[in-house]
Amino acid sequence: MEDALSWGSILVRIAAQLLPVWVALIATFALSMTFKRRLGLYGRIFDSPVGMTGFALVMFWVFTAIFADIIITHDPLGQFSGMKNILPGAPLKDAAEGAYPYYLLGGDHLARDVFSRMVMGARDVLKIAPAATVVAFMVGVTLGLPAGYLGGKLDTSISFLSNLVLAFPVILLFYLLVTPEIRVTGIPTVLAAILFIFPVVFLTILLNSRFFTSPAKRNLYVGIVLVIGLWAYSGLAFNADPLGVWSMDPNMLNVFVSVVFVNSPGVFRIVRGMVMDIKTRDYVAAGQTRGEGPWYIMLWEILPNARGPLIVDFCLRIGYTTILLGTLGFFGLGVTPESPDWGSTINYGRRLLAIAPHPAVVPAFALMSLVLGLNLLADGLREESMKD
Amino acid sequence: MLMFVLRRIGVMILTAFALTFVVFYMTNLPPNLEKLAKSEASVRMEDDAVISWLAENGYSSPVLQRYGEWLGVVPGWTRTDETGKITGRCIKAGTDPATAPGYCGVLQGDWGFSTVFKQPVSEVLARSLGATGWLMFWVMAVMVPTSLLLGVLSGMREGSRTDRVLSTFAITTTATPEYVSGVILIALLASATAGISPILNEAGWISGKTLFPGTATSAMDDITFMNFFLPVMTIALYGIGYIARMTRASMTEVMTQQYIRTARLKGVGFRQVVMRHALRNALIAPFTVIMLQFPWLLNGVVIVETLFNYKGFGWTLVQAAGNNDINTLLACSVVAVFVVLVTQLISDIGYVFLNPRIRLA
Amino acid sequence: MSEPWDPSKPILEIENLSISFFTRLREIPAVMDFSCTVMAGEAMGLVGESGCGKSTVALAVMRDLGKNGRITGGSIRFKGRDLTRMGEEELRHLRGSEMAMIYQEPMASLNPAMKIGAQLAEVPMIHRGMAKDEAWKLARQIVADVRLPDPDRILNAYPHQLSGGQQQRIVIAMALMSKPALLILDEPTTALDVTVEAGIVDLVKDLGEKYGTSMLFISHNLGLVLDVCDRLCVMYSGEAVETGNVEEVFDKMRHPYTQALFRSIPLPGADKNARPLVAIPGNFPLPHERPRGCNFGPRCSYFVEGRCNAQDIPMVDVADAHRHESRCLRITEIDWSAPPAVARTAEKAEIGRVVLKLEDLKKYYSVGTSAFGGGMKKVVKANETLTFEAREGETLAIVGESGCGKSTFAKVLMGLETATSGKIMLFDENVQSTPIQMRGTDTISKLQMVFQNPFDTLNPSSTVGRQIIRALEIFKFGDSDAERHARMLELLDLVKLPRAFADRMPRQLSGGQKQRVGIARAFAGGAKVVVADEPVSALDVSVQAAVTDLLMDIQRKNKTTLLFISHDLSIVRYLSDRVMVMYLGHVVEMGTTDQVFSPPYHPYTEALLSAVPIADTRVQRNRIVLEGDIPSAVNPPPGCPFQTRCRWKSQVAGGLCDREVPPVRTLEGGHQIKCHLPDDVLASMEPVIKIAAE
Repeated sequence: MEDALSWGSILVRIAAQLLPVWVALIATFALSMTFKRRLGLYGRIFDSPVGMTGFALVMFWVFTAIFADIIITHDPLGQFSGMKNILPGAPLKDAAEGAYPYYLLGGDHLARDVFSRMVMGARDVLKIAPAATVVAFMVGVTLGLPAGYLGGKLDTSISFLSNLVLAFPVILLFYLLVTPEIRVTGIPTVLAAILFIFPVVFLTILLNSRFFTSPAKRNLYVGIVLVIGLWAYSGLAFNADPLGVWSMDPNMLNVFVSVVFVNSPGVFRIVRGMVMDIKTRDYVAAGQTRGEGPWYIMLWEILPNARGPLIVDFCLRIGYTTILLGTLGFFGLGVTPESPDWGSTINYGRRLLAIAPHPAVVPAFALMSLVLGLNLLADGLREESMKD
Repeated sequence: MLMFVLRRIGVMILTAFALTFVVFYMTNLPPNLEKLAKSEASVRMEDDAVISWLAENGYSSPVLQRYGEWLGVVPGWTRTDETGKITGRCIKAGTDPATAPGYCGVLQGDWGFSTVFKQPVSEVLARSLGATGWLMFWVMAVMVPTSLLLGVLSGMREGSRTDRVLSTFAITTTATPEYVSGVILIALLASATAGISPILNEAGWISGKTLFPGTATSAMDDITFMNFFLPVMTIALYGIGYIARMTRASMTEVMTQQYIRTARLKGVGFRQVVMRHALRNALIAPFTVIMLQFPWLLNGVVIVETLFNYKGFGWTLVQAAGNNDINTLLACSVVAVFVVLVTQLISDIGYVFLNPRIRLA
Repeated sequence: MSEPWDPSKPILEIENLSISFFTRLREIPAVMDFSCTVMAGEAMGLVGESGCGKSTVALAVMRDLGKNGRITGGSIRFKGRDLTRMGEEELRHLRGSEMAMIYQEPMASLNPAMKIGAQLAEVPMIHRGMAKDEAWKLARQIVADVRLPDPDRILNAYPHQLSGGQQQRIVIAMALMSKPALLILDEPTTALDVTVEAGIVDLVKDLGEKYGTSMLFISHNLGLVLDVCDRLCVMYSGEAVETGNVEEVFDKMRHPYTQALFRSIPLPGADKNARPLVAIPGNFPLPHERPRGCNFGPRCSYFVEGRCNAQDIPMVDVADAHRHESRCLRITEIDWSAPPAVARTAEKAEIGRVVLKLEDLKKYYSVGTSAFGGGMKKVVKANETLTFEAREGETLAIVGESGCGKSTFAKVLMGLETATSGKIMLFDENVQSTPIQMRGTDTISKLQMVFQNPFDTLNPSSTVGRQIIRALEIFKFGDSDAERHARMLELLDLVKLPRAFADRMPRQLSGGQKQRVGIARAFAGGAKVVVADEPVSALDVSVQAAVTDLLMDIQRKNKTTLLFISHDLSIVRYLSDRVMVMYLGHVVEMGTTDQVFSPPYHPYTEALLSAVPIADTRVQRNRIVLEGDIPSAVNPPPGCPFQTRCRWKSQVAGGLCDREVPPVRTLEGGHQIKCHLPDDVLASMEPVIKIAAE
């Protein structure tokens, strides 16, 4: 029986455990700093201390998620007797041969290792948040472009719908949308069917509008998009992929779809506003006067010039999505009880806050630092992109 | 102007109908009704029993008709069973069916009966809204002046040290959702084993085990600084960061405007430039933001009331949603949607009033 | 005032002033070794192209260079006191009371949330501790002084309720509130229409005399400087290159840059075929890429290797002149009176068959009048009964101020909007109601457009080559990518851009270069009719000449019909064959260039001609300043559209102008005028511009 570790040695041991993350971070920074002049907007992050701090925080969690399997000290679901709510740095009682001898950040109410759960939680968050944000962006962009560019009735009706979703208090929406009963009705699948088709549609229009002048190229590109897109679509939305490569757990699908649904109207609003601004530019008129179709103008003349604010919003929105996922976890919606995701861990931990704060505080700090990193990154990007 | 308000109100009513119908539809989906039947009657019900229970309680008619009944534009259902006993939506148990009104929906002021709280929904709602009203009031009282002050101070001189310190603070709090800041605040100030409470206790500066209590249940009866500080700060912190950032952005933009240079080159002192020339223009945008914060505040309220066990609106909503209390849930969503839409309307109108360019154009 | 000040001494004395801006990467010198003196009651003009540092000098005098700007050397003495050494508090007392500034954008310089009166009254309240009602009384008086109607209403108005011209008058009033000794005007009329500009210029001159105020007048427009100033200082790339009395510099310039500048602006008498403009070759040097020695050296035709780029060039006095200095080493060697070497004269293009014909074209919009979409719908008559034809190889200029409907006309012609009624025949095809999506590729490629704003005309996120190739793809040119790429390079040759530009991004190009790419893109499909919407008005004068000449060259080569939309009468006179003058949607006058530019005029054309400042001391102008602003197209006056501002209105009997839109009258030679004036009055009109005998 060894003594509990001091705070200093806990930190040293955690740092040692995170070694792959440090190596990857240093490599990323060294490479990026060397070639920053050739990397466009990404390179310019390294001109701004704020952006760099943000980027470092974000990449820290990304690498943690990637190397989670190597980093964890214990099975995130494994329970050890006598480790219930134990303080950080406590040694394992009757540790098996080869097992890591400490609970670095203590144990939770079911005697599981808090550190390992936090690391695995990062993987959970980073699996869903960026992907959900990407899909939300595709939906928002595909709807926002024509609404802003063409205006009229189309704009009025899509705007009304998006305001409808925005007027819904998010929590209420989650309570209605993310329940086992809803899953039975198939509503998530319907939503998925609607939302997941947008990326395919978006890419198809994108390529078609540019390459319709040379049909051979167009057929090739659009063909590739359609084959891969519809294959993934069938798998993800209907779980009907014949090859079984694409699939999504219904639980996860429910959460994913809800998060996309909540985020899309926000993206729609931003895109619509930017399009209304950019469409008055002369190069848009130049496109019109040479007879370009509306989709080419929207996707190739307007969208690239809206990219600065959209990238910034993308970063902010991943942070927002992370918060939403945490909220879902906090209310115990849509996640399995043993899932190590940060939100539900905070939820279980909060009940014992008065006695053992660490099971809740550790994931709380993790979530905060990731969102902070994303916000700082967005701030840095905004500053740098305005310097043109 | 009047046309504008009327149009906005029209859109608002349309939105309210659409949203309540969505909520009604979602809460009345077959699996939800089945769950309701099982929780109301018996958990071990067979499918047939569920169906007959639903039919007996008026849940078998088409959803649109039931929505109408709930609204009070369609007469409440009545039903005569084999024994000749008449039951119905508007017939209270133990009253004479003949005297019961034909309509009993929201429009008649009847919000139904809460299955969780075993009380009429209107009573549940009144009590919880009152509690939340106080919470919101204090949140606003803390959040708005603080955030505007921070935003103006940091936006006044962009890039100064004050600006950097305040901006860092603001960005950190916006990255901290309520369930995180709440947990951290409790751990820091209201935990007997961690944070500063044990230290203070040892030093003999506080008599209790913790500096602040970890719950706000007692605030239901009597609001004090001690029991309200943590919940109010938890909600306000997030908003402070957000609004301060908006104010800062607006202020820095205004400070680079040509008319600020004009004022400066007229010989107006810096303090006067800020107070007389910049402030009013800079506060137009944050006003809208503050108003549009309400939907998010509602989120905060739900989280904080759950976290601190304060039985207000958010807590009620969670209880209702968790137990499929359809009537309460519907009422809660009506209130939530109403709050959101009214604040949007106020924000639009206020924007027009604050901005002379639009008002008189 | 702290000490008595001798009025015979200069009000403002700038000596060897150097200003730099500091960025994270480097120090960027904006102004170097700049000196000038302004005496009491004198108006000093500061002239130069954009980026030459003239506004920086003005801001340095106000000591308002921002966070990054710093005065690195020299002194600025105002009434004998060195401004560069003054503290904030001392400066604050000077600003607004002894020196005041007027800016380019009147709307932006007024606080949108404060009443006009409050903004005006603030000045004496701060500087003289005046009571509020007294200050408002003074404000009312000054507002009347700047000739604004109904001062009481204006004092209680917010800035957005006034028109651009009125706003600028308010800004001037604000500057005059404490009767400053020095007034700095930074391009005060650039954002305004010419006829409005004329009024402001008159006002500034009168007030300058009335109050005895000295002025520092910054402008890129030489004609305007001739109108307003006594002395002038020409700046190039951060340095003063020539300074002296206005007449002397205009007539006996002693610096190659000044000379080149004058040769690149169209003066009366210039002709696109016989005496083409001489553009200044090359580009303005970037501040951190200035050459050694003379900054103008690389673009100068008198440049001598080893001398002009050997050392810093000092300002030297010009012999036999009073306070006339120049920064040129070869001042005595150059034959200043030698006429410009005419590069080439071109044959006048053959005017061919009719390619474009418009008949009774009308375009009405309906707009909501209230800000919130409610309320009454109103019809805006953007174009009224436009009838004209344009022939192959011809340049038809469309002239008018903002709101005259010239841009709407361009949109309708291009098919971005459809006409309400009337006919547009393009090569015998009626395209009136065919929106651009329905037009055939052939029709589209034949009719192309060159846009106004060079910073807006190219997509910022796509390379130059890619944008031209895209046009070729759309016009179905060529069968392969290689073929299109080759054609793209040819097009770059056509607009005289290096082929290497194909891979550049638009932000790496200067304004003139971007405009050339825009022209190349327009001609990608072999356009036959090109609508040029103010193609050079956003460019610096020296670049304007080159771009205009390029357009003319391509026109001659391809026999293109050019519809040249412009508000700049000098350039119109220089390059167009026929002119159409528009006012509030109506064509008020149309004819050959000579017909339009000589009497009889339409009263509006007359005023327009008189309002254009001309940078030639020999030109005598008959000043006609129009009262009031251009009426809004949403709410046009009844009868003749011009009747609210017409000075000839009294000559028409029976108030006809108030009631009826005049008919189009055809005078001799097909000259059309839309006016009620009787023939004898028209015949008695005097020419507005006279060139004194040489």
